[in-house]
Amino acid sequence: MKTVYVDNNATTKVAPEVLEAMLPYFSEFYGNPSSMHFFGGQVQKKVNEAREKVANFLGADPSEIVFTSCGTESDNAAILGTLDSYPEKRHLITTRVEHPAIGNVCTYLSRKGYRITELSVDHEGRLDLDELRESVTEETGLVTIMYANNETGVLFPIEEINEIVKEKGIPFHTDAVQAAGKIPLHMKKSKIDMLSISGHKLHAPKGIGVLYIRKGTRFSPYMMGGHQEKGRRGGTENVPYIIGLGKACELAKEHLDDENTRVKALRDYLEEKILAKIPNTLVNGDRVHRLPNTLSVSFEYVEGESILLLLSDLGICASSGSACTSGSLEPSHVLRAMGVPFTAAHGSIRFSLSVYNTKEEMDYIIEHLPPIIQKLRDISPFWKDYLKSQGKR
Amino acid sequence: MWDYTEKVKDHFLNPRNVGEIEDPDGVGEVGSLACGDALRLFFKLGENKRIKDVKFKTFGCASAIASSSALTEIIKGKTLEEAEKVTNQDIAKYLGGLPEEKMHCSVMGREALQAAIANYRGQEIKKEEFEIICKCFGITDKEIERAIRENDLRTVEQVTYYTKAGGGCAQCHPKIEAIIEKVRKEMEKEAPPPKPEKRKFTNIQKIKLIEETLGREIIPALKADGGDLELIDIDGNKVYVALRGKCSFCPSSEVTLKQYVETKLREFVSEDIQVEEVRP
Repeated sequence: MKTVYVDNNATTKVAPEVLEAMLPYFSEFYGNPSSMHFFGGQVQKKVNEAREKVANFLGADPSEIVFTSCGTESDNAAILGTLDSYPEKRHLITTRVEHPAIGNVCTYLSRKGYRITELSVDHEGRLDLDELRESVTEETGLVTIMYANNETGVLFPIEEINEIVKEKGIPFHTDAVQAAGKIPLHMKKSKIDMLSISGHKLHAPKGIGVLYIRKGTRFSPYMMGGHQEKGRRGGTENVPYIIGLGKACELAKEHLDDENTRVKALRDYLEEKILAKIPNTLVNGDRVHRLPNTLSVSFEYVEGESILLLLSDLGICASSGSACTSGSLEPSHVLRAMGVPFTAAHGSIRFSLSVYNTKEEMDYIIEHLPPIIQKLRDISPFWKDYLKSQGKR
Repeated sequence: MWDYTEKVKDHFLNPRNVGEIEDPDGVGEVGSLACGDALRLFFKLGENKRIKDVKFKTFGCASAIASSSALTEIIKGKTLEEAEKVTNQDIAKYLGGLPEEKMHCSVMGREALQAAIANYRGQEIKKEEFEIICKCFGITDKEIERAIRENDLRTVEQVTYYTKAGGGCAQCHPKIEAIIEKVRKEMEKEAPPPKPEKRKFTNIQKIKLIEETLGREIIPALKADGGDLELIDIDGNKVYVALRGKCSFCPSSEVTLKQYVETKLREFVSEDIQVEEVRP
């Protein structure tokens, strides 16, 4: 069976060039970068090179790059490491649509007595910047707002948000896990204090992340240990993965144009055909300010898990914000925060593309999706009710 | 990815008896679009008042569709009296089991069947004397009680898996806990649990069991009286505990310990347990 992988916001294929770059560091060059001898020293040189590549990708200085184990660690470290540096500040601002790597840290902090402001979004997933302006106070220790939403691909106006926050002198962090590699990021042209990225979302393996920390930002290490990462993150460097991430960032920079032209065109093609061929289909989120690779659509009167499993049966890998896929009973917090009507929220499907996808694959999806939705609508009691209400039968 | 059995996959990919019956003898519907799953069940009786034809329409996930399909296969050819006895466990068993988180799909099947039978008999589903416990999903105390009894549920999480109650805003969790406690007490009275035979434990099993028993049977009761108890150490069959709160300066604590804690631990862990109090 052929596999059509369109779940790249969940994880991506490791680029062959990345794997190749990593392999020698499992076997031949196994030295510890901290060692005094040549054997460790030659590895340290490669780690430094990788750091430069990541810095170059982010438009940052290599000294501002801290390697972590994943995006979740970067997010945790940013929040806890900042608040720890400002013990008197007991207020944090975030949004209602963050990834759990932010959301659950905020829930934890709220239990610890912090005041948490969760900014709301409108029906297209957009923030109200006036709500942000009104929420910032003297005691705000950190504002953390995602760059791009993982479920809908909606992009927040991060630079504008950052202006508002920096005017008040408050540290600003952004979870850019979904944005990195899909839209240009340039830290030297920005005032973002901290930014998280994750390797496996941009064709590096799982198990490596980065926290960018702008020079001069107050930060207490979250992972305490040795002097690695200039004392900002203890633990022996994950050398092969760091080298892999360096290569992946190099490639991501090269592919950025392709991502925003060819991949975007594929996504738009998929969206256009789905909307044309399947009635009662809605696109979730702001279609203008959106990642070039992401399409979240809802099919009314059917349930997402059923769609996913029928797609999966044909080798098509996507994901859903429906309740049943997550094991919880309510649709995703993102769709709920957006107020997506319940006729549609349970039937949401996310297609997320990468540079490895082709037009043939889009055609394969477009060919097979309409009969799947039709089959499930034929089983669904509400579809016929709906048709009746429309006087169509 | 859910660990569905081959039978679930089969009934999902090739559901049996999908559709509607034009002039059914009975029709039942449970769930809603808002809840994320719903089942509409139709049946027609034939000779000897046996179910001759049965059809369904379902909105929901793979296990909801498979459970509906399985239900129709199970009840075909049965009399209503026989069909009434079908439980959600029967549906799950027919499918070779369901993931626990998905058991509510089998409960939905059973409820739709009951609704359809009541519809045939011209009864309104009895709606008196119930209280909506879970406002997010509209689940009543009666439904929760029944799921606890039929499936031997013990935790709020399990109740959510089987009925969906408590799966939304979570505000009803204390109420669900109270129902579990009430129903389990009733169940114990009806059929007291068999005395556990003297078992051979590993040390780790014993320690775990002691901790569980303290947490479940003993500490809540002490807390209700403003006291508390801390497990200090376990050495063989000797269990060292310290009393906290009101209990720690209660002159009758010696009695509390010997009679209450020891009895409970002997009942649930081992006849040989001896409890010692550690004084600060």
